Amino acid sequence: MKFIKSLKDAMKNKIWLSSLVALGFAVLLIGTAAAQDQSPTPPAITDDQVNAIARQMYCPVCENTPLDVCPTQACAEWRELIRDELAQGWSEQQIKDYFVQRFGARVLATPPATGLNWLVYLIPPIAFLAGAILLYRVFQGFRKPAPEPSAEAEPQVTSDDPYIERIEEELRKQ
Amino acid sequence: MATEINDVAGQATNERSRPRWGRVLAWLGLAALLLLLFFGLLKAQKGQMKVGEKAPDFTLTSFDGQTYKLADLKGKVVLVNIWASWCKPCEQEAADLEAAWRYYQARGDVVFLGVAWTDTDKKSFEYLKKFDITYPNGPDLGTRIYQAYRATGVPETYIIDRNGILAYVKISPFESPAEIQQAIDTVIGK
Repeated sequence: MKFIKSLKDAMKNKIWLSSLVALGFAVLLIGTAAAQDQSPTPPAITDDQVNAIARQMYCPVCENTPLDVCPTQACAEWRELIRDELAQGWSEQQIKDYFVQRFGARVLATPPATGLNWLVYLIPPIAFLAGAILLYRVFQGFRKPAPEPSAEAEPQVTSDDPYIERIEEELRKQ
Repeated sequence: MATEINDVAGQATNERSRPRWGRVLAWLGLAALLLLLFFGLLKAQKGQMKVGEKAPDFTLTSFDGQTYKLADLKGKVVLVNIWASWCKPCEQEAADLEAAWRYYQARGDVVFLGVAWTDTDKKSFEYLKKFDITYPNGPDLGTRIYQAYRATGVPETYIIDRNGILAYVKISPFESPAEIQQAIDTVIGK
């Protein structure tokens, strides 16, 4: 009888023990889940962040309208693409490189300094410099009075022909 | 006397013929720029591609990773359709193009290629799924195909004959599958 009672007690203890272990696991699981919930979520990408990159691009569909203000659906989709890429942690340069690879260099507001594009960067300063030099020379010409024609400077042309000699003399008198 | 006069004349000629490198360079630069401008304008004024021109070669990598090179498709009739998911007129012809593709697919000598212009992958996939398009489609990387074909918008469709010559151009959406079939049959029959 006593044996049966002790067996019952032992079973009760076991149930208690397993309940306690189960409870412990449950607490642990809930705690882990809560900890996961509290892990920092990636910050939402703002329109300003998207537009900071978008304003450096143009879509080929609507020429001369920067991507940040272009109202077409195509441009809206491109801005969404920028947002997605920013959310994935892409840098500004990575995004620009992707757009160039995907849609061509013409999407960039400032063309890359390669090939014939160099002309865009070289011609304005060269033209400015040439203009400055030209102006300088023109102003210098205004300052210097034209040299007086002097008789010494003129080449003395003499001739054995008395007729020509006479003409020369008449001209000198005048 | 005559020698003196000759000397003076000779000096003047020398001064005139002495090259003024600055000026020469400036004129050369200007001439080069004008040439560039000329060729740029010439290219811009070429206008749309015309039937009978040699179709520019291109390589299209489809969304599923297959590569299609036009030069390798010689001997087949190739239909190239340039589209975009944001383009409403493209939607108008999308189902008709797919129907035409299913009609010709079994023949084996007609190839359809869809070129997604200035589109994002996500939207392209949605479009292809929406219209259940099964022929190869891929992005126009760098908008090279669009530029090579001097396209002016979307949708535009080009049919290239077995010899690689442009045989048909459509600068607007097709109205019906029959219109597409008629265009293809004409090229096949050539």
